[in-house]
Amino acid sequence: MNAILSAFEQAKHQNTAALVGYLAAGDPDPATSRDIIFSMLSQGLDILELGIPFSDPTADGPAIQAAYQRALSGGARLSSVLELVKDIRKHFKTPIVLFSYLNPILQYGAEKFCMDAAKSGANGLLVVDMPMEESAELLPFIKKSGLTHIPLVAPTTPSERAKKICENATGFTYLVSMTGITGSAGLDVAKASALTQKIRKVSPVPVALGFGISTEADVKTLAPVTDGIVIGSAFVRAIAEGMEKVNKNGGDKKKVAATLGEMTKKFKAACRR
Amino acid sequence: MKTLLSDFHILPDADGHFGPFGGRYVGETLMPALIALEEAFDREWKNPDFLHEFKSILADYAGRPTALYRADRLSALVGGAGIWLKREDLAHTGAHKINNTVGQVLLAHCMGKKRVIAETGAGQHGVATATVAARFGMECAVFMGCEDIRRQAPNVERMRLLGAEIISVKSGTGTLKDAMNEALRHWTACVEDTFYVIGSVAGPHPYPLMVREFQKIIGEEARKQLLDKTGGLPDLLVAAVGGGSNAMGLFYPFIDTGVELIGVEAAGEGLETGLHAACLSRGSVGVLHGSKSYVLQTNDGQIREAHSVSAGLDYPGIGPEHALFKECGRVSYVGATDREALAAFKLLTLTEGIMPALESSHALVTAIQEARKRPENQNIIVCLSGRGDKDMANATGYRDFDKIDPFTIFGLSS
Repeated sequence: MNAILSAFEQAKHQNTAALVGYLAAGDPDPATSRDIIFSMLSQGLDILELGIPFSDPTADGPAIQAAYQRALSGGARLSSVLELVKDIRKHFKTPIVLFSYLNPILQYGAEKFCMDAAKSGANGLLVVDMPMEESAELLPFIKKSGLTHIPLVAPTTPSERAKKICENATGFTYLVSMTGITGSAGLDVAKASALTQKIRKVSPVPVALGFGISTEADVKTLAPVTDGIVIGSAFVRAIAEGMEKVNKNGGDKKKVAATLGEMTKKFKAACRR
Repeated sequence: MKTLLSDFHILPDADGHFGPFGGRYVGETLMPALIALEEAFDREWKNPDFLHEFKSILADYAGRPTALYRADRLSALVGGAGIWLKREDLAHTGAHKINNTVGQVLLAHCMGKKRVIAETGAGQHGVATATVAARFGMECAVFMGCEDIRRQAPNVERMRLLGAEIISVKSGTGTLKDAMNEALRHWTACVEDTFYVIGSVAGPHPYPLMVREFQKIIGEEARKQLLDKTGGLPDLLVAAVGGGSNAMGLFYPFIDTGVELIGVEAAGEGLETGLHAACLSRGSVGVLHGSKSYVLQTNDGQIREAHSVSAGLDYPGIGPEHALFKECGRVSYVGATDREALAAFKLLTLTEGIMPALESSHALVTAIQEARKRPENQNIIVCLSGRGDKDMANATGYRDFDKIDPFTIFGLSS
């Protein structure tokens, strides 16, 4: 069993949904990003989803766009993200999923990227702008490298198509909880919950629900119906707010890392069924 | 690259690939909508009622066919081949963009959509979308970069009067690329009831195909018009390429002929300066806005800013079928700088009383340079894709505009 499936299995035994935490790698700067990640992993995050910064993230809302900009300004590159993964791997066993747009991967070289990512210690890959029709140029290398493939299913995806998409999933199926971009407001928890139950029936691997889930109350309601919950924009916004305070009033960036750790703990508690 | 010329008419393939280019690189949320759009387009583009309505609106509302005009004074001044202008500037709203927006808004109407959105750079596509939306009584929102809103103020007012909501996009460089990012994000959130009218032969499949089909009327008319007037085919076609829709529209009906084709990219401050929008000359293969083509990018795959005095060419991507034409060598792609384009803008206005859009002025630069090298019995058709009124403030505000002398720049004797 691969590390990602094991993480879901372990969460299931503890009667909790797995908490997947998303961050933009290198946000707001390399050192603080490392501190934040270490703090969250120490607080029991089940899976780390690390975003590879991209200049034109069309599937993401303003919070994650801004995070990518901060990371890029801080010098983040694909190679530095892989270095970060290596560094994390020296200290933590938590599974790491890389979240990317396709273009940076293609410029790095599709095969080289998959092999290097696996070698660094990453466990899965999710390419947000690569629907199944375009997956042939990457899928063979994902398989060869030993990474798991994490496809997206959306509320707009018809049932037959969802089934086909899930057939290729080897890590988990990332279920988009609402029709929109990351960090959107107005999540309909009842709808998301019904959708999850439908997709869990056709997915051979666990289903993690993400996009627009930002409160402990939402997490509590959804935890019983899903295998995993992805929190992204809420964490990323907390980093932006924390850094704004540090920049305005001075103070220690370590406090931001501590805040993110606390948030992780609370969301983790809310995941309990 | 083994694509044969005879294969061009069957491209793209079922998944929207033009050889190694094109495709649909979007989030899963949009995929079902793109598939539905493809089905609707395939159905309606064969439907005689749709075709009849499309052609009627183009004739009675948009003013087609547009004229093919021989620029006698310019040709005489330049010397050499005859320069003919395909007058898309005379189409309703002042640019070729209307051909595509009539097609797409009509399709949206047939699909039962009540609302359309569009991105715009120079404002011409935004105006053309807002215009046809008004004609069909549909709601319209236009995404425009804040920098372009400043550069193209008259078009912004026009769109507002047409009843469109203008959404100012402040992210990134505040230009066309960012407007398209934001339109895609917005579409992702309201994909179930909104039709996205893309303005060029770019974006995910089926847009490059659909926009080509709606724009190819430019070349079909030009071919027939020149045949009527001279009894032959042209020797050379020249068009500006930003995303590439007017060039595709003019070139496509000539793809399987021996007619020479040149696309002119914005060379901005000069191809060597890095400040340009020349994806095909200076870019590399990448994925942007839903398709694979040539893009301006860093070694790390981050998209770079484009630069051009012309807002309509200020875009770091290019339609995928142009990338294929470049790879196969069917079309040559060259560059014209900001200064050269401004010189052509001045020269055509002075010699013919026609003020070209700054986009079209880029094509004129190459047409002038080519005409001089060629004998008088040759004919060059230039796509005069739009009128230049919208660019007056921007052009005259350009540094040293008064000192730009077309006679010196083109080596002509006055």
